[in-house]
Amino acid sequence: MLQGVTRKTLVIGFIPLLDCASLIAAVEKGFVAEEGLHVALVRETSWANIRDRLVVGHFDAAHMLGPMALASTLGIGHLKVPLVAPYAMGSGSNAITVTNDLWAQMKQHGAALGADPTQQGKALAAIVRARNDQGLPPLTFGMVYPFSCHNYELRYWLSVAGIDPDRDVRLVVIPPPLSVDALRAGQVDGYCVGEPWNSLAVAAGVGCIVTPNSAIWQWNPEKVLGFRQEWAEKNPDRFDALLRAMYKASKWCDDSENRRELAEILSEPKYVGVAPDVLRLGLSRRYVCEPGSIPLDAPESMVFAAHDVTFPWVSHAAWFYSQMVRWGQVKPSATTAVAACTTYRPDLYRRALKPLNINTPSNDTKLESRNAKGTGGFFDGKTFDAAKLEAYIASSPSISRGEFTKDAVGMS
Amino acid sequence: MAYGLQPLKHVEPHLPSNAAVCRIVMSDTGLKILIVDQNVVRAAIIEEGLRDAGYLNVTVVRDMQNLQQRIVSADPEVIFIDLENPNRDVLEQMFQVSRTVHRPIAMFVDHSDSAAIEAAIDAGVSAYIVDGLKKERVLSIMHTTISRFNSFDRLRQELDKTKSALQERKVIDRAKGILMQERGMDEAAAYGLLRKTAMNENLKLVQVAQSVVTAAQMLSK
Repeated sequence: MLQGVTRKTLVIGFIPLLDCASLIAAVEKGFVAEEGLHVALVRETSWANIRDRLVVGHFDAAHMLGPMALASTLGIGHLKVPLVAPYAMGSGSNAITVTNDLWAQMKQHGAALGADPTQQGKALAAIVRARNDQGLPPLTFGMVYPFSCHNYELRYWLSVAGIDPDRDVRLVVIPPPLSVDALRAGQVDGYCVGEPWNSLAVAAGVGCIVTPNSAIWQWNPEKVLGFRQEWAEKNPDRFDALLRAMYKASKWCDDSENRRELAEILSEPKYVGVAPDVLRLGLSRRYVCEPGSIPLDAPESMVFAAHDVTFPWVSHAAWFYSQMVRWGQVKPSATTAVAACTTYRPDLYRRALKPLNINTPSNDTKLESRNAKGTGGFFDGKTFDAAKLEAYIASSPSISRGEFTKDAVGMS
Repeated sequence: MAYGLQPLKHVEPHLPSNAAVCRIVMSDTGLKILIVDQNVVRAAIIEEGLRDAGYLNVTVVRDMQNLQQRIVSADPEVIFIDLENPNRDVLEQMFQVSRTVHRPIAMFVDHSDSAAIEAAIDAGVSAYIVDGLKKERVLSIMHTTISRFNSFDRLRQELDKTKSALQERKVIDRAKGILMQERGMDEAAAYGLLRKTAMNENLKLVQVAQSVVTAAQMLSK
């Protein structure tokens, strides 16, 4: 079906989003060829397809949501196939957007253009309470997949504002390419999706950006390059070579000089297929939050290589796990915690990149906390220490806890 | 809806075989099947296939608006969705958050299903079943649907072939017309010239014809 595919060709799946940039650049800019690899890219339409085609072996690797890799390893909702995530594909490509109408209401309650997530959350909470008092139906928010950073960060932001994500609002899944239309049609009041789908909503005049997710959690983890563990073990040479090509491509994508060319490449119909000027805005680390407003800087967004964002921090996997427990997707146990955390493989990252003679982090985990300058960690100032996972889970209240979905796995 | 008597051991095979208990179970042809497919032709082909196989309780959803509401009201036991449909992720969420749907729905979840899953994915379809439904009861539905997906694919390929043959035919006719007009040739001579050039240049006839058409467009004002 695919032209020129040989037994040695690596078949890699991706979803049309800006954060697949490093994978596309690895192929288009010759980094995979430089490593002696031949790669065939396959554009997919849903995360479920990505997962299925990776676990049954159609794909050797895939651009996927970090928490999806954990879910497959744990066997939640689908086949239990151990995956490994040895490479993170960047940080800060998601944002939260609401309808113009909801944004106007939020501004009446104290929200402001470019304000921090605390202020925006308070305004939303006031509206949610008022709607509840008036007996109006709850607001509906979209996110991209049950096992996604989008889902967990949106829930985190809502919870800090005192909004119960399961009771006070409705959360639904919305495929990114359909998100702008859903906002226009009023099927959702807001959503948390990756770029360019937030900037596109503003450009189309149907929504306003409340906050980039990089303001909720700075240097947050998002997509990873996922592999079947079995394949990774059987093909160490090609696996390592692919990671090296990815690293070189991530560096290339991070260079502002290359962003114009990157936007051109990604705009091709076989990749993201959105006009280059919209993609350039998405890649510019600036957001136009309201139709016609001046662009606001978001220097922590759209980072592909700097700040060690390509490193598969085990603490990131641990935080995802804490949220899976918090929202009833997994029953907490030492077994599931270890299985989830060891899906992220910093050891394989270091092994693969060794020939490049670069500095890689020597620790597998890092403390997620906001420093005195107000950077790093979560916006509410709460610290996440992977070594104290159990205590963190106990201190993160949720109504859903105890009401595990039937697919939740693990021993209590 | 069709009902039938079945010995319990067929339903719960782990019970002792001497269990002389019978109970009424819904026969398989009464299973409620929902097809989510935006492709009208393919959906019709699948529906027809399932009806031919005796499954009469088939609902087709083509319009993706309010998918959740439609699924709740159809209350299906088996759901098929085509893999080209981005709304697959919407279903995944519904099956996770079982509170939002009337009946909890699960997918094929154990390893014995991996061959079935692979065959389905190869054909371009994914299946979901109600939690607790015995997989054996759904396998023949799966097979019918997969084979219908495959035959739709063959139809589409044949259609594509016919379409491109028609297109080639048009280009060749236009090239012949240009040669006849510009060089004063008759039709057979124009065709002969195209063919001879194609052979000499080691090109396909349609490629040469396309060059003639393109050149003529560039030379005309």
